Amino acid sequence: MEPAIEAVGLVKRFGDVTALSGLDLTVPEGTVLGVLGPNGAGKTTAVSILTTLLLPDEGSARVAGVDVLADPAEVRRRIGLSGQYAAVDEVLSGYENLEMIGRLYHLGKERARQRANELLERFDLTQAANRSVKGYSGGMRRRLDLAGALVAAPPVLFLDEPTTGLDPRSRLDLWEIIRELVTQGTTLLLTTQYLEEADHLADDIVVIDHGTAIARGTSDQLKAQVGGERISATLEDPTDTAAAIEALVPLAVGDIESGDPAGQLLVPISGGAAVLTDALRRLDAAGIGLRDVGLRRPTLDDVFLILTGHRAEEDAGPGGLAEGASADDTEAA
Amino acid sequence: MSSVAQALADTAVVAKRNVIKIRRVPEVLTFVLISPIMFVLLFGYVFGNAIEVAGSSYREFLIAGIFAQTVMFGATFTGVGIAEDMEKGIINRFRSLPMAGSAVLAGRTASDVIYNVLSVAVMAITGLIVGWRIRGSFLDAVVAFGLILLFAYAVSWVMAYIALIVPSVEVINNASFMVIFPLSFIANTFVPVEDLPGPLQTFAEWNPVSTVTQAARELFGNIPPGAPQPDAWPLQNPVIYSLLWIVAAVAVFSTLAVRRYQRVTKN
Ligand SMILES: Nc1ncnc2c1ncn2[C@@H]1O[C@H](COP(=O)(O)OP(=O)(O)OP(=O)(O)O)[C@@H](O)[C@H]1O
Ligand SMILES: [Mg+2]
Repeated sequence: MEPAIEAVGLVKRFGDVTALSGLDLTVPEGTVLGVLGPNGAGKTTAVSILTTLLLPDEGSARVAGVDVLADPAEVRRRIGLSGQYAAVDEVLSGYENLEMIGRLYHLGKERARQRANELLERFDLTQAANRSVKGYSGGMRRRLDLAGALVAAPPVLFLDEPTTGLDPRSRLDLWEIIRELVTQGTTLLLTTQYLEEADHLADDIVVIDHGTAIARGTSDQLKAQVGGERISATLEDPTDTAAAIEALVPLAVGDIESGDPAGQLLVPISGGAAVLTDALRRLDAAGIGLRDVGLRRPTLDDVFLILTGHRAEEDAGPGGLAEGASADDTEAA
Repeated sequence: MSSVAQALADTAVVAKRNVIKIRRVPEVLTFVLISPIMFVLLFGYVFGNAIEVAGSSYREFLIAGIFAQTVMFGATFTGVGIAEDMEKGIINRFRSLPMAGSAVLAGRTASDVIYNVLSVAVMAITGLIVGWRIRGSFLDAVVAFGLILLFAYAVSWVMAYIALIVPSVEVINNASFMVIFPLSFIANTFVPVEDLPGPLQTFAEWNPVSTVTQAARELFGNIPPGAPQPDAWPLQNPVIYSLLWIVAAVAVFSTLAVRRYQRVTKN
């Protein structure tokens, strides 16, 4: 089956700035692609090209079976877009905005009205429905804009940083809506700064930087790419370090890192909690006291930092992982 | 639905949105209506008292020209409206929807007809108060007002195009006035074209402001008896020439503007 979104070799220059330098993207029908990348990576530029707002200098793209360059009007009929900045009319009310969008999708008067009311309800905007958007909070505007993308229930959806500026509850609500849409068969391309979001929603992830893809795969594949599980241990007495390494070497599947900070060990392993238990036993047998210990898997944040930081500091290897450690990801044994 | 019907339907949706905005931000309307009153009073009294015209007052003679000139100034609102839309987020919404590209512009020029109708009505009432009279038939007067409104509509399209070629809202007024000032002052509005030096006289004779003014004066019956017949063809056939100019201007500038709109942020 033809992918719902397929871009090949997209290049876009703005004067001296090369926003995209040969980007390829493929999103199979009914799946979610998360596009990650630091500021200025080219995410919005890619979304703009795929949604016919911008012409690429080179490359081609097909969306929902239609060539973006050859028949942009037909593409627009089949997509919904919520851009990085809310595209709503400030003076109109929330209802009037959605009704207008419905009319411009040619849903007809009755259907446009019905869709507007449904979506206001779904995005928790019913109370503000008849107020001018000027008086909406940032998050309300964002939600209205997302509702705008869904008016025509399009088969392919583009959301550029959809949860930026939303409070945690609204974010969870939106995730819920997105999951529901995907269950019903919608294809989604989502850009985000929140790795947690990509982790939750995306089937596939592509990390872009300087306008080109630098890594792609599922969230698990990407994590594996920057290193597997580790035991992170902090010794009570840093002078025990050598003894601890000696005790744990049989369990390690790679080099053990130590000493940063003093008394800290990072032991690459494979086998999860059972190995951790084994490690604890060995340290205990060797009489080595621990202040803290945990099993730690790389997060997408690690992936992001390592992959995109790589250009800045060529030799920041997987050791950088330790810096990204956070309590959330540390499971106690 | 055919694509023309579709484009018209989209235009109606955009026009409706603009009308909602007029109602919700009535301050704009206030200014739209104050300047025509000011123009009639200012030009009517400053120039109107200066010259005596046998048979009718010079002020009465001036009014049609003030109408034509004022609706042209009013058309700058179209340019401002479009330039503002282009800077707002909503334009990205419009551009991602399967609507006719022309509808954003056509919807604006259509909704601005409301401004023009109100502005002409206010000027007519002000004119009547200061002594202007319609001396022709009712039907002729309707034709005169219709011609002035069509002229305003055509100038709206010129302003729409200007709005799309200038880089920002801040410069739109200056850019518009570079078109409006020559058109409104190298014309027969205040002085007979015969009094202008050579090239300016030719410009004034073919200037649509002159011919719309001439047509309205004739139709309102505001030309004093015994006034000299104009020499130039456009002024001799002011209704036909004005209509031709209006059709040509709408055709040319709507095409240019729509093309420009479709390209403007795509690169
Ligand atoms: N219209 C434009 N004119 C000039 N340069 C532009 C334009 N749009 C984007 N760029 C440049 O292209 C590059 C990519 O921008 P883009 O907006 O696609 O990044 P992004 O990944 O969406 O960033 P962010 O996370 O900040 O939204 C940036 O260097 C940006 O400055
Ligand atoms: Mg962006």
